[in-house]
Amino acid sequence: MAVTSTYRRAGPVQRFWSVIKDICSRPSGAIGLALVFSHVALALIGPFIVPYDYTTMNAAQMLSQPSAAHWLGTDHLGRDTLTRTLLGGREAILVTGIATPLAVLWGGLVGVFFGLVGGRVDDVLMRIVDAFLSLPWILKMLVLIVTFGTGIEVLIPTLAFFYGIPVIRIARAATHDVVARDFVQAARARGHGRFTIIWQELLPNVRDALLVEGAMRWSWMLLAFSSLSFLGFGVSPPTPDWGLMIADARGFMSFSPWGVIAPMIGLSSLIIGINLSADALAKALGIDRAQKAPV
Amino acid sequence: MTTPPKSNGPIIAVDGLSVGFRSRAGAWLPVLRDITLSVGAGESIGLVGESGSGKSTLALAMMGYLKTGLHVLGGRVDFSGIDMFAQDRQSLEKVRGGRLALIPQNSGQSLAPNLRVGAQIGEALRLHSALPEARHAARVLDLLTQVRLPDPASIARRYPHELSGGQQQRVAIAMALAGEPEALLLDEPTTGLDVTTQAHILELLRDLARETGMAMVYVSHDLGAIARVCDRVAVMYAGEVVLEGTAAQILRDPSHPYARGLLASIPKLSDVCLPRALDGRPPPPGGAGDGCAFVARCAIATERCMVERPDLSRIADGAKTRCHLPQQVRSIPLSGERNAQQRQLPAELSLSLGDLAISYARAGLFERLTGRDTAKVATVDGIDIELRQGETLGLVGESGSGKSTILKSIAGLLPPLHGQIALRGQDDLPPRVEDRSAKHLRDVQLIFQNPDESLNPRQTIAQILAQPLKLYFGLSGQALIARTTALLAQVRLGAHYLERLPSQLSGGEKQRVAVARAFAAQPELVLCDEITSALDVSVQAAVLELLDDLRRDNGTSYIFVSHDLAVVKALSDRVAVLYQGRLCEIGPTVDVYGPTAHPYTEVLLGAVLEPDPDFVPSLSASDVVEQSPPARGCPFQRRCPKRLGAICDQTAPPPKTFAAGHTIWCHRDDLAAPQLS
Repeated sequence: MAVTSTYRRAGPVQRFWSVIKDICSRPSGAIGLALVFSHVALALIGPFIVPYDYTTMNAAQMLSQPSAAHWLGTDHLGRDTLTRTLLGGREAILVTGIATPLAVLWGGLVGVFFGLVGGRVDDVLMRIVDAFLSLPWILKMLVLIVTFGTGIEVLIPTLAFFYGIPVIRIARAATHDVVARDFVQAARARGHGRFTIIWQELLPNVRDALLVEGAMRWSWMLLAFSSLSFLGFGVSPPTPDWGLMIADARGFMSFSPWGVIAPMIGLSSLIIGINLSADALAKALGIDRAQKAPV
Repeated sequence: MTTPPKSNGPIIAVDGLSVGFRSRAGAWLPVLRDITLSVGAGESIGLVGESGSGKSTLALAMMGYLKTGLHVLGGRVDFSGIDMFAQDRQSLEKVRGGRLALIPQNSGQSLAPNLRVGAQIGEALRLHSALPEARHAARVLDLLTQVRLPDPASIARRYPHELSGGQQQRVAIAMALAGEPEALLLDEPTTGLDVTTQAHILELLRDLARETGMAMVYVSHDLGAIARVCDRVAVMYAGEVVLEGTAAQILRDPSHPYARGLLASIPKLSDVCLPRALDGRPPPPGGAGDGCAFVARCAIATERCMVERPDLSRIADGAKTRCHLPQQVRSIPLSGERNAQQRQLPAELSLSLGDLAISYARAGLFERLTGRDTAKVATVDGIDIELRQGETLGLVGESGSGKSTILKSIAGLLPPLHGQIALRGQDDLPPRVEDRSAKHLRDVQLIFQNPDESLNPRQTIAQILAQPLKLYFGLSGQALIARTTALLAQVRLGAHYLERLPSQLSGGEKQRVAVARAFAAQPELVLCDEITSALDVSVQAAVLELLDDLRRDNGTSYIFVSHDLAVVKALSDRVAVLYQGRLCEIGPTVDVYGPTAHPYTEVLLGAVLEPDPDFVPSLSASDVVEQSPPARGCPFQRRCPKRLGAICDQTAPPPKTFAAGHTIWCHRDDLAAPQLS
């Protein structure tokens, strides 16, 4: 194990920047973070830089090939594909950007709590979690959406709820790992109260595992959101969205492929970016066991 | 059975080998630097050094294997004339495990858990032996017999988890022998085993080397083990061989400052003083500078040592040393000087344990429902110990003897079945830590074996030390900072450590922080649970010195648990020997280590190895590990070499007092040495 001899103040702000720096120093981390940042930036400033209005239809220009006026061609209603692709991630990033922290928060709290309580309560809860996980997610979500309707106010809590359930497992396992370690026993032997032990000894060690888990959940949630849109349960037209665009354009794929390829590139570049960042984050936080220094 | 080497040349020849990894900044950092070493047929060579010295990397490189991230920067390794780093995967696979076999440190983890032992050895035969398939079964039994496993037919049918650690190590050796290797690489093969088991495995390796004529490369930090098995020794430091010669040259009077420091830092049974600490730590890869790598820790270093790297050159006694001053080296002492026993102890009691019994067994649901008797034999029973203020009591015994269990119980982490734990003679401690008062909690502090586990990796040293200070003394602000700094100074660490995380400290520094945290409470009693066993010997000596300083300054009592009898002897005023959770013997250190001893103490002492090539351990009992104490009679009845007969099985042995305070629980009447009786 290499021991760094650098002097480091461990304040939360410095720690944040040192983790970011660590991520950026790895090629895959730098690429991932750059992809994520450009997508988020695009979501914020997209409306000001796109060449066309995303609702403008043009009956004379339906399903046109790429040209100087329309770099990626137009869709079946004559709308500019480039404009709609650039704007197509806004809704997805907004919904999943809120739902992911919510999922990690509630799943994490419940998982830590049951990891500590243990015993029969824990057994029963885990069987419920298993039962939930054994059902196909799309089925569970469609039931809720069909019952309560679509729209952001339903999608965010639905996604947060279902994606928090696997987080319970992770948080519970991480809690079990930490509780068994000597420093928790040492704190018990010193006579610290339960709350101090949870706050000072346990949570700082569970937090990193949850951060990485959260980053992974985000990419899966994006995929889920786009799938819902594809099925027509996500964003309502005419708002541009990658899932919806793919659904609309797939019938014309043979002669107007860009209508499908462009949103696919948008969606996959964001998901790849998140996954690369999550990997680098895990390494920067020292969670990834396979990536230890050779000596 | 022996395969004669094809030529007279060495079996393994390492020539100018350098190995390194690329740092994040892009520079190549060497882990091995310019190693030249050869191992002849039938020769056994020991590689020693502190952790991180590159000894395991070198042994693996001899197989043509490097861990991920490492690259050959120069030089070559030849095995029987084959350039190991120029081979493709397939030709390496033919050599590895067959003609050149490796025995790893923890063979329990390297055996496949889902295959019977016989099947695993059979697989090694199928891959690496020319024998026809039909004779494999008989050969498996031969091999198991050769590694001296009793009842080989039944062992062959067992799964690895059904064997003890020592038996697993023997199976690993049998597997290595299946291919009739010309050379055997052993990477710390006895580390983590009990002393008696270790001694038996070493005898086996010694005999095998003689029987088969194999060459052996033995990697270990344990000079005692090296002394027992090896003809030649190479001492490694910061990726270099700094000293090479015969075992006698290296272990008697080594001619390199590092080897002398290492030898002086080992506690020996024959010593009456604390071992001498070797201060400092080796440079990180790439940090050795232009001069001698050891210069920062060397007592006799001169101007020249700072700027010019010494060559490995032959000196008068025939050894090869990498030192500019082979003449002056002999002035460095080979043993410590501080006598730990010369202290005046007050008569007041610190801790008394009265008939303490502890059990891990808890009644299951089935037993509770059916109301069946669950009174199993307790893990620890009948512990009566009194400890005076400022006294150090050593607890020794093999793994499973209940040493750590007793400490946990005193700390309140494991409530006993029955019995009293009292402080200062009258102050009864509640069994559960949650029920203890702040004063009780402060008085008893526990230090754990492994500082990596006992220090929270997310807290800075300042935060770690602040916890007991806030909890017991309510310190905050300037007073808190002043006190944490003073505590660090007490364990000889500077204030600049305060803002570091445990991962930025070396193993020894981390354990010092753990010691400082315990002393922050200004405790009456400190419980030390194998606190030096995860450390290098040089660091261990420093921690022992520190503990000695702290008890002199603060009058603290210690209970010092260790499996290493030499370490316990160096520090303890009194020693208690435990077997299967029962006391066998307790008394002043000189008496327990003296000629009058419990048969179990004799077995333990006989298995302790000294770093001396002529030292022969006396092995009198089998190394069978027992899972549970016997229901009645003497706890040691099943392994005792001096068993009397039925009385040992039926009746618990009575305590017999010899010298003042020296008690032995045994039925035999002939324990006292002639001059005493």
